Amino acid sequence: MLVPSLKVQDLIEEIRGAKTQAQEREVIQKECAHIRASFRDGDPLHRHRQLAKLLYVHMLGYPAHFGQMECLKLIASPRFTDKRVGYLGAMLLLDERQDAHLLITNSIKNDLSQGTQAVQGLALCTLSTMGSAEMCRDLATEVEKLLLQPSPYVRKKAVLTAVHMIRKVPELSTIFLPPCAQLLHERHHGILLGTITLIMELCERSPAALKHFRKVVPQLVQILRTLLTTGYSTEHSISGVSDPFLQVQILRLLRILGRNHEESSETMNDLLAQVATNTDTSRNAGNAVLFETVLTILDIRSAAGLRVLAVNILGRFLLNSDKNIRYVALTSLLRLVQSDHSAVQRHRPTVVECLQEPDTSLSRRALELSLALVNSSNVRAMTQELQGFLQSCPTDLRADCASGILLAAERYAPTKRWHIDTILRVLTTAGAHVRDDAVANLTQLIGGAQELHAYSVRRLYCALAEDISQQPLVQVAAWCIGEYGDLLLEGSCEEIEPLQVEEEEVLALLERVLQSHMSLPATRGYALTALMKLSTRLRGDNNRIRQVVSIYGSCLDVELQQRAVEYDTLFRKYDHMRAAILEKMPLVERGGPQVDEEAKESKEEARLLEAAPVPTEPQASKLLDLLDLLDGPSEDAQHPRPLDPSPGGALVHLLDLPCAPPPAAPIPNLKVFEREGLQLSLSFVRPPETPALLLITVTATNTSGGDVTHFICQAAVPKSFQLQLQAPSGDTVPAQGGLPMTQLLRILNPNKAPLRLKLRLTYTHFGQSVQEIFEVNNLPVETWQ
Amino acid sequence: MQFMLLFSRQGKLRLQKWYVPLSDKEKKKITRELVQTVLARKPKMCSFLEWRDLKIVYKRYASLYFCCAIEDQDNELITLEIIHRYVELLDKYFGSVCELDIIFNFEKAYFILDEFLLGGEVQETSKKNVLKAIEQADLLQEVLRRQKVAGPF
Repeated sequence: MLVPSLKVQDLIEEIRGAKTQAQEREVIQKECAHIRASFRDGDPLHRHRQLAKLLYVHMLGYPAHFGQMECLKLIASPRFTDKRVGYLGAMLLLDERQDAHLLITNSIKNDLSQGTQAVQGLALCTLSTMGSAEMCRDLATEVEKLLLQPSPYVRKKAVLTAVHMIRKVPELSTIFLPPCAQLLHERHHGILLGTITLIMELCERSPAALKHFRKVVPQLVQILRTLLTTGYSTEHSISGVSDPFLQVQILRLLRILGRNHEESSETMNDLLAQVATNTDTSRNAGNAVLFETVLTILDIRSAAGLRVLAVNILGRFLLNSDKNIRYVALTSLLRLVQSDHSAVQRHRPTVVECLQEPDTSLSRRALELSLALVNSSNVRAMTQELQGFLQSCPTDLRADCASGILLAAERYAPTKRWHIDTILRVLTTAGAHVRDDAVANLTQLIGGAQELHAYSVRRLYCALAEDISQQPLVQVAAWCIGEYGDLLLEGSCEEIEPLQVEEEEVLALLERVLQSHMSLPATRGYALTALMKLSTRLRGDNNRIRQVVSIYGSCLDVELQQRAVEYDTLFRKYDHMRAAILEKMPLVERGGPQVDEEAKESKEEARLLEAAPVPTEPQASKLLDLLDLLDGPSEDAQHPRPLDPSPGGALVHLLDLPCAPPPAAPIPNLKVFEREGLQLSLSFVRPPETPALLLITVTATNTSGGDVTHFICQAAVPKSFQLQLQAPSGDTVPAQGGLPMTQLLRILNPNKAPLRLKLRLTYTHFGQSVQEIFEVNNLPVETWQ
Repeated sequence: MQFMLLFSRQGKLRLQKWYVPLSDKEKKKITRELVQTVLARKPKMCSFLEWRDLKIVYKRYASLYFCCAIEDQDNELITLEIIHRYVELLDKYFGSVCELDIIFNFEKAYFILDEFLLGGEVQETSKKNVLKAIEQADLLQEVLRRQKVAGPF
């Protein structure tokens, strides 16, 4: 029975003619049945056509696994047409996970050694697309032989196949390294390109290979120079740039070879300058080469002038009308902003303009970059720009923008009032998107700025009166009104227009907040407590307040109910204590996880107001010395801050489990000190739920014959960090590998600044007292990034 | 390059070249998600986006999207040139190529790609050489076909 099978194109036509998905499925199922039958009957003449049809339906998403064996048969056939489709089928249907894939190894071997050039090409292509590690091991020598084949067509494919083989089986590097020297002399662009790719792979996998290939840097420089000076070549030029593919690849290899190596970097300096200044930038091809050049300049040990040139090129890219170019510029500048900060600063105005980009992937990068560029001298201007952006930016960027502004404000605020104003503006514009600790931060800030209490409470009152929907704002405002309600009613404050507020208005506003369906339970809590506090701040009688408090005694929300009942009791049975309990709060210590101070504060205050702050750090003064060493005169050292955790803080310690840091991605330990058998090593943990927190455990071990006694370890970190040393496990490190001494350091790094750590050790060993001060080098970036 | 996908405005796959080993299921999932993501982009947006841990470079030519997934250290701008070069090759071969050419001659589209890229890297930077290789292979197939037809019955 010989039913002529459909030609491939006819099948495609029929499938496309189907009007519904169901119809299409029917056509395909029918055809697949024929194809299966044909495979079973073993029709060698039409096999290639049947497989081609199968490959088409496979692309549409239909199963085609029954064609796998047919690929094998076609590859083994002597006919070129068969092989072509067979190899294509192998690349599409066979992969490492199926055992069948190994069966083509033999065919490939035969084709590589005995096939015509075209056939060798097919085999190499397939091998480099889907060749598994075992196949690569088996066929490595065949491919190596082909590197010497006279035909450039085959050689170029063999070189790239070698690249794939090394990726799969790095040990094969030993086979493919030696031919590289010879291959670099090739004039054929394809072979040269493949060779450079091969050398890159070798260097990335083996430091020995990297060292070996550094000696070809002059040769690479020469090749690139020749490319640049060659005139227009129809064959290889794109938009007036000679073979940009090859240029880019050479530049990449130069980057790898020049990294951390002065000599190589110097050899390429002139060339890089030449490429940077002479490449035509009117079209994408030229810009692609220029971009690669910039990346190379910035990654190697280039001359300072060249670096500035590179950053300026990126700055020019920012002004390019092509948004793709602007995108790569923003991405690259972001990577540079830490290391070449002042160079990038020069382009700040352009970066800020990029905030207006309609494409969110660009504006997001512009935002990140802008935030990274804020410093103490431009903070006012930048915040202004960023606030403007916050008002109109797309929703997915709001949270980042808001927290970025708040963070920048915290670091660089020129005055407290400006700081409060800024936070206020952010809360009003994007209150729903700020992080949870913004409320605590603002209350702490206001609390600490006594001279601004009147100003703050007035501004917050006005903001609240306008809008009670933004929860963080409402919470801060409620707290403030509660604390400083008396100042609100006083009437005069130089900083803003006079505002006449009546007691009844204040109470009415807080009641509105309490009753509003927009208010979260936490917000209601703030409002209720604020009302309660006002009972001592306001002059009128407290009937209204008492009424509200007693109503909420039967509120469904348990938290609110509890407060209301307690406050009610305060009115009825403990009225004589009310004033003392509701006094103004002391400054809350910042640092550590923020706790909702409200609920606990009002009850704890009475007890703790008497306790004078007791410093837990007896070595406070010596710590300041270390801080000096690290950062020069530090503002924090003079600021009168109680080191003792205050009411909120004590609870933080109770809630903490100081000796059991939660598991996080392991950061490698670091050995930092060794002297006569005493070793100090650091282990790091970053709890996933508090990314700004770093826990360092200092472990001291002693392998010497004598005990180490009176051991004290102190630490210092840069100004923007907060450090807490907990008590050590002991002050003796016993000899002969006895029980090590450990001490926990808690470091808060809200700005994700690079970590620096200085340690000071004093101890007695072998009858001598020792003092060591040193900075810890090689801190892994995972500790602060 | 990790993979290249060609798909229509309706999300129908026209070519898929994978340079990393993945199961059929994974390939389908990636294709589905990526196609959706790219089709959701507005016309004025840039050609680059970050997706999972890869960089995606895409460009639309008439009714077809050409989409490449490259690694972190790869140069996005040169990838645009790679895509453009492939389109030029198709255009030269088919004479003013359109989507239908690629649908009905999908094997040829693969063969051309395989003469331009190998293992995810550029193997030949001369347009002339790529087209010559395809011509010669086509000729070989044609010769064989004629032999078959003229053979004894």
